[in-house]
Amino acid sequence: MNARLVLGPLRQHPGRTLVSVAAIALGVALGFAVQTINGSAVAEFAQAARQLAGNADLSVSGAREGFDEAVFAALAGHPAVAVASPVLEVEARLAGRPEALRIVALDALRAGRLQGALVESGADFTDLLAQDTLFLSAEAMAWLRVGRGDVLEFQAGLGRVRLRVAGVLTAGAGRGRLAVMDIAAAQGAFARLGRITRVDLRLAPGADAGALEREVALPPGTAFERPAEAGEATARMTRSYRVNLNVLALVALFTGALLVFSTQALSVARRRAQIALLRVCGVTRAQVLRLVMAEGALLGAAGALLGTGFILLALRLVGGDLGAGFFRGVAPAARWDWATAALFGGLGVAAALLGSLGPAREAARTQPSAALKSGDDQRAFAGLRPAWPGLVILAGGAACAFAPPVNGLPLFGYAAIAAGLLGTLLLLPRLAALVIGALPPGRSPAARLALARLRAYPVQAAVSLAAVVAAVSLLVSMAVMVFSFRTSLGVWLDAVLPADLYLRSATAGDTAHLSPGHQRAIAAVAGVRRVEFLRWQQVLVDARHPRVTLLARDGAEADAEQRLPLVSRAARLPAGLPPAWVSEPMAAIQGLAPGDVLELPLAGRAQRFAVAGVWRDYARGNGAVLVDRARYVALTGDALANDAGLWLAPGQSAAPVRAALASVGGGALEFADPGEIRALSLAAFDRTFAVTYALEGAAVLIGLLGLSSAIGTEVLARRREFGMLRHVGFARRQIVRMLAAEGLAVGFAGLLVGSALGFAMSLVLIYVVNVQSFHWGMQLHVPWAALGTFGALMLVLSGLTAVVSGRQALSGDAVRAVREDW
Amino acid sequence: MQRLRRRLLALLAAMPCAPGRAEVLYPRLAGPVPLRFPRDHGAHPQWRTEWWYITGWLREQGGGALGVQVTFFRNRPGLQEGNPSRFAPSQLLFAHAALADPAHGRLRHDQRAARMGFGLAEAAQDTTDLRLDGWTLALQGDTYHARVAARDFALALAFRAAGPPLLQGEGGYSRKGARPEQASHYYSRPHLAVTGTVEWGGRRRAVDGTAWLDHEWSSEILDAQVQGWDWTGLNLHDGRALMAFRMRGRDGGLRWAGGGLASPGGGFRPLAPGEVQLEPLRTWTSPRTGIVWPVAMRLRAAGEDLVLEPLMDDQELDSRASVGLIYWEGAVRALRQGREAGRGYLELTGHGAPVRL
Repeated sequence: MNARLVLGPLRQHPGRTLVSVAAIALGVALGFAVQTINGSAVAEFAQAARQLAGNADLSVSGAREGFDEAVFAALAGHPAVAVASPVLEVEARLAGRPEALRIVALDALRAGRLQGALVESGADFTDLLAQDTLFLSAEAMAWLRVGRGDVLEFQAGLGRVRLRVAGVLTAGAGRGRLAVMDIAAAQGAFARLGRITRVDLRLAPGADAGALEREVALPPGTAFERPAEAGEATARMTRSYRVNLNVLALVALFTGALLVFSTQALSVARRRAQIALLRVCGVTRAQVLRLVMAEGALLGAAGALLGTGFILLALRLVGGDLGAGFFRGVAPAARWDWATAALFGGLGVAAALLGSLGPAREAARTQPSAALKSGDDQRAFAGLRPAWPGLVILAGGAACAFAPPVNGLPLFGYAAIAAGLLGTLLLLPRLAALVIGALPPGRSPAARLALARLRAYPVQAAVSLAAVVAAVSLLVSMAVMVFSFRTSLGVWLDAVLPADLYLRSATAGDTAHLSPGHQRAIAAVAGVRRVEFLRWQQVLVDARHPRVTLLARDGAEADAEQRLPLVSRAARLPAGLPPAWVSEPMAAIQGLAPGDVLELPLAGRAQRFAVAGVWRDYARGNGAVLVDRARYVALTGDALANDAGLWLAPGQSAAPVRAALASVGGGALEFADPGEIRALSLAAFDRTFAVTYALEGAAVLIGLLGLSSAIGTEVLARRREFGMLRHVGFARRQIVRMLAAEGLAVGFAGLLVGSALGFAMSLVLIYVVNVQSFHWGMQLHVPWAALGTFGALMLVLSGLTAVVSGRQALSGDAVRAVREDW
Repeated sequence: MQRLRRRLLALLAAMPCAPGRAEVLYPRLAGPVPLRFPRDHGAHPQWRTEWWYITGWLREQGGGALGVQVTFFRNRPGLQEGNPSRFAPSQLLFAHAALADPAHGRLRHDQRAARMGFGLAEAAQDTTDLRLDGWTLALQGDTYHARVAARDFALALAFRAAGPPLLQGEGGYSRKGARPEQASHYYSRPHLAVTGTVEWGGRRRAVDGTAWLDHEWSSEILDAQVQGWDWTGLNLHDGRALMAFRMRGRDGGLRWAGGGLASPGGGFRPLAPGEVQLEPLRTWTSPRTGIVWPVAMRLRAAGEDLVLEPLMDDQELDSRASVGLIYWEGAVRALRQGREAGRGYLELTGHGAPVRL
């Protein structure tokens, strides 16, 4: 079949073609980006974990702060262990920079037995044992712009540690931004005496890992772990995020398919006579089908190329991590993967083919004799399909919304959203008829004519509407969900930031802290009425779950009930146990409820606490637990602090207090008032949802372009009708007004149905998807102003499009238009 | 001299602990210092390097001859001495074990290395009691017990000393160079009677034989011009024990030589640099490293004229992963006019890159 037959119609309406291609490209690009960037970051993480563990069979790990080094001695002396390599990992805050470098401190003599050469040859081996040296990966060297012999300065406590760069790590020793140094040197430099964070083990030949796990009693808060599982844990950590974005990508692809459908459906309807002619000239049904499908494939291929090409460009230019901040410290070398590109490109083509299938079959069914008669255009898609399939799907979707998560993923939630979209689209002709039927009949003949036409051809209206409804519902659901989340976050920030001023020893890394001396000095600063210190660290409460953040705050037992944003509290507590408050994510992940007994590993011993309440926390996705700091110090002897909240004396301005505090900290303290923290948090939130915002913008664009192109196409297809109207005495102005009314009515119907669907989807997103994937509870807040503006814009634009297209159509000679009607 | 040594130790103890790369003040030898036992069987952690070196010939019951080497090295690298961390690498231990079996054609050997501490790597100071990741060497009474579980063999051997320690050089002060501080404390235990088991290939074999132990510690043996040394310790069949060594310069010339001949009755004749002559008779080129080793030597010392013939040519030991050295440590026969007059070990170092301790 002639390529011109395929390209011709596409070329004839470049705007319409472009919109379809853009929608496909967006879906392809989004899905591909999520997969590529996440994939490489996770691979990078897993690889980093594996490489530094060498070919260890087994590892023991625990709290981020580490555990007693005696665990290493016990393991190394066990007969089942051939090699035990102790590791202390710290995120060392770079002095004068808001970033931290991951330092893996190890015993080179033991680590060397688990893996090949750690450092490039030419390095002095004693530098691996020295106190003032470290080795950087090639990536870290490039990132920090340092070379061999340069000195790096780190913050330790509120002091500084200077380490000389002694050389570069081998590629096999570690990828990503990381440094290796001696374990004793790191213990001394970063105040970690007696602590390690991991022991990598190789078993003696024939020894059984299970026996070792049974025979060595690890202290609470530590657990055996196979190196392969470390990568899985990372993948699990980002999985919900990844799946959410992938679903968004699929929705974008689906929208693209709908756009292709409406484009092709209208194009086929317009070309009924041409197709009939082709059939008369001997072209078979199958050939007609292939012709229309080829058009769809072309649209899909163009979209796929555009989408993958865009990502290739973006990876080159930006790299990055989709703004989610999940992959700090690892610069994912996002690799161009042909298989992934082919997969998402293929999905784009498949979406376009899917969208073309209906119109293609419609075209193939065309009876040449009937189609060649004039005035037959509107016969296409004439029949209203029965309502029950749509209703059944909607009901199924509603039921899905109440189903529990599958393997930690809100699969039924997604199914509910998909069913909502599909069911609504199937019911669209009836819904459109319903909405248009309910519109008040206009007073002018033009408006009456417009409504009458729409009522007579609801299916045609539905075809124009499908893409609009999908885009509007996507936009409304995302807007409501994000706005609810953002508003809830703001309310939460107000609740958790009651002090006048906050200070912390460092926002990045875990090597900076406030000593008891610093704490006294801070409390003694003039103008400070009250200080609350906070100690936090990552602890392993349950080896089956990720580490949680243990927060120990001054006065928590006195005022947590009033100050925490509690979502539930215990009616009665088990007697004799100190209280602990767990965050919503921790309660959900570890299955905790108020009144439960919780064992926390403190200073290597399991301490029993009672869960006094569950509080809302948006800051720590893997969960957090709050205990009283006085109790924590009594149990652990750890009197260090990380952060402090300060209440100023009445009438005291913050500036002199900040200055006095700055001299206490010697420049190593960071300050923020609640307003700044709030602004920073919301900015971080906006960064995290940047992809979502981008998608919303794209949805608006697709919706508007889809609507305008659908209306424009229709108007062009009806030139003969306009010619007839002109003949019977309609003024051009009246026809334009009729078209404006039609556009407004279709736009209104799309807006109404799309918004209703979008609201329903946002409820599923808020109460099902978010809770099940991130364990974040939030309250529903609707961005009325933004939605109202969008709605008004959409209506105005639909009317305008109709008018503009109408003027175009009417620019020709009315007589010629009628003459076409042989 | 003893006062000097005590003063040095006191000085070290009084020194503020210098962290990191700060210069560490090692004790120095300026002349003979009396050795006292059993204290001097133990470790001397202030000194930079120290080793306990056992080499011997074993005979498998109903089988052939084997060579065996078990060595523990202690090193004070002068790093992180002020760091209170228990991991501070202020003392390092290394161990090598090797088994020479002509049927195998090359050494079976393995090594361990660790910083001291945690009961995993320890060297007692009161007597010989060394442990390194499960490998042990301990003196009980007059018998040394060695246990080694290596990658492809295992040793459980007892070495019984026949007499008191043989003090090398001037009462244990063994000079290695022209300057008086280029010297070591050095005593040997020749003619150790060996019994025990050797295991490889899944089979444990009862063995007996004769061995030699050296215990040597110092802070400065090598001057910068030394390329390496050749050493031999021979248990002569007539009951005497002959030790000889030479330090070779980077220019190919001789920097120093020495040794001693001990008689069963307790007589000892130290050998001056001019009294020791070692002359290569035959070389063997290692297919792994390309190093040319003079594996057969003619030794003329103390009126003896011996030909040292190796049990097998390939007794090269690559310890670059622990002490950073490739050396040849081989069982040799000492032939006097073609007839075996004794058995011992020959050690060749610095035939590739210069030796750095």
